[in-house]
Amino acid sequence: MATQANTSVSPAPALESRRSAASGRIFSVIIQRIALGFFSLFLVSIVIFGSVSLLPGSFATAILGQSATPDTVASFERQLGLDRPIVERYVKWVSSAAVGDFGNSFSSSPANPRPVSRLIERRLYNTLFLAFLSAIVAVPISVMLGLVAALFRNTWFDRALNLGTLTAISLPEFFVAYVLTYFVVMRESFMLTPLGQSLPEWIATPISQMFAFIPNFPILADISSSMPLSQQLYTCFLPATTLTLVCTAHMMRMTRAAIINLLASPYVEMAKLKGASPWKVIWHHALPNAWAPIANVVAFNLAYLITGVVVVEVVFVYPGVGQLMVDSVKSRDIPVVQACALIFGASYIILNLCADLITIITNPRLMHPR
Amino acid sequence: MKRAPASAWCGMIVVCAYMLVGLFAPVIAPHGEAQIFAEPFAPWSAEFLLGTDQLGRDVLSRLIYGARNTIGIAILTTLISFSIGVSLGLLAALTRGWVDQFLSRFVDLVMSVPGLIFSLMLLSIFGSSVWNLVLIIAVLDSTSFFRLSRSVGLSVALMEYVEVARLRGEKLRWIVRKEILPNVMPPLVAEVGLRFCFVFLTISALSFLGVGIQPPTADWGSMVRENATLITYGDITPLLPAAAIGFLTVAINFVVDWFLDEVSGLKEEF
Repeated sequence: MATQANTSVSPAPALESRRSAASGRIFSVIIQRIALGFFSLFLVSIVIFGSVSLLPGSFATAILGQSATPDTVASFERQLGLDRPIVERYVKWVSSAAVGDFGNSFSSSPANPRPVSRLIERRLYNTLFLAFLSAIVAVPISVMLGLVAALFRNTWFDRALNLGTLTAISLPEFFVAYVLTYFVVMRESFMLTPLGQSLPEWIATPISQMFAFIPNFPILADISSSMPLSQQLYTCFLPATTLTLVCTAHMMRMTRAAIINLLASPYVEMAKLKGASPWKVIWHHALPNAWAPIANVVAFNLAYLITGVVVVEVVFVYPGVGQLMVDSVKSRDIPVVQACALIFGASYIILNLCADLITIITNPRLMHPR
Repeated sequence: MKRAPASAWCGMIVVCAYMLVGLFAPVIAPHGEAQIFAEPFAPWSAEFLLGTDQLGRDVLSRLIYGARNTIGIAILTTLISFSIGVSLGLLAALTRGWVDQFLSRFVDLVMSVPGLIFSLMLLSIFGSSVWNLVLIIAVLDSTSFFRLSRSVGLSVALMEYVEVARLRGEKLRWIVRKEILPNVMPPLVAEVGLRFCFVFLTISALSFLGVGIQPPTADWGSMVRENATLITYGDITPLLPAAAIGFLTVAINFVVDWFLDEVSGLKEEF
């Protein structure tokens, strides 16, 4: 009966109601995804917290060493609250972590407490600054290159790009970082290297002059908040370039694959056979469906940036969260490691959530009710 | 085999060369792995072809022994990861039900934390030793083998020849060995190559960070870190181990690219 009533009224209100139904559906899907994101964040926090108790035997003896006296072990456990039941400890940890309190670092003494949050605070800003810098350069470049490579696939341009990016993703990040460092070093000392000395002077001189054109970027990126923004950008140049290079390679390859996949779909074939211009095929038929895969690729690679940032920060002694995490792993400062892992894990989940939301919002099937 | 492109051939030759160097390291290396000579940071010379490192050990010998250690550990890790991932993946694909649900949700959970971060955290808890490193990376990395073998296994299990074997009354073990494994292998073999690259890069990164393979074992990642200061003096020696890592992964990628092309049987159209 309801369908009959619907068909009898004029088409405009029907379309209106269907449109609002569609937006309602989008809304509920979005709410669902956000809830799912919070749920995975909750699970990840359990994993991060729970993995400490995976350690066979007592945690305290593992940290303090086998020779620790029972008294030391007991006081260490009391200090960390390890004598409390695990559920109680988890609730306490996660509720204070939610308001930014991660407890004290193992390196703190009663007289000189070192809260984890204070250690991380400034470094988190630095890491985000570096990741943001690399992302705003890498994302547009790689999406453009990926599109172009997909459109002109199997041409020499595509092949060259493929070879270059394959090499870039196969190299360890620290190799890329040190090669860049090496170039900056060479601006002054090319003539002193064995290569510079063995080459005849008429070759060596121009090469050394070319190296001299490279600005003297700082090899140790010791950024500080007191610097003006331009100075911060200049200091970050080498780490940001390294991250951009590696990230662009990954992102470009995946964008290319996603677009090629899309161009193989029947409706693109149909549009082509219909005689639509290549530009129109891309703009009207392929692109509306391409946002979702592109968003996924971008989110995936920004998440990749998270792991890349750890290595790059260590190479350039950049005061970020990654470097702090590595130092804490070496000294087995568990509270700091857990806090860093939670921050990295949360940003990974948030990035994926954003990709999901973009997928939903740009999905033509949800946007245009039939 | 004859139709393999030049890039695949180069890749295979490089991989074989690395294997030979790794296997015959003690024969090829001019000096011992941890043998210490008088002069640290010696320049390239006839006796020490690539100079010596910060403690006075021959860099070339360490590079050669590093091939054995780094590649060996990465192969071991990949094999463990493969056997865990594929057996659980096929188990999930064949039994379905709660086993599949449980394993899949667990894998989703593990994969929702970036691998390097997860392994750093586990290393801080268990401590850095080679065995911990191998097991942690193998378990974390088995998730991708699980996903692939589960999805391929699911589609193969629906095939008619599996149904026929089941109706014929064959045992599960026979079906897995004779019908399913041969059909899921090609994509898995390609995945082994890619995962090896990934594991290899992860282990090198962790060693570079100083929490992976510990000294005095010669290893490419830590060799870069220990001598990194030389780069600021314009010496490329510390870049060599890193380049060795990159060279091998590029070579493997070339071989895998060709193999995937060959197995899928469909070249890109247009």
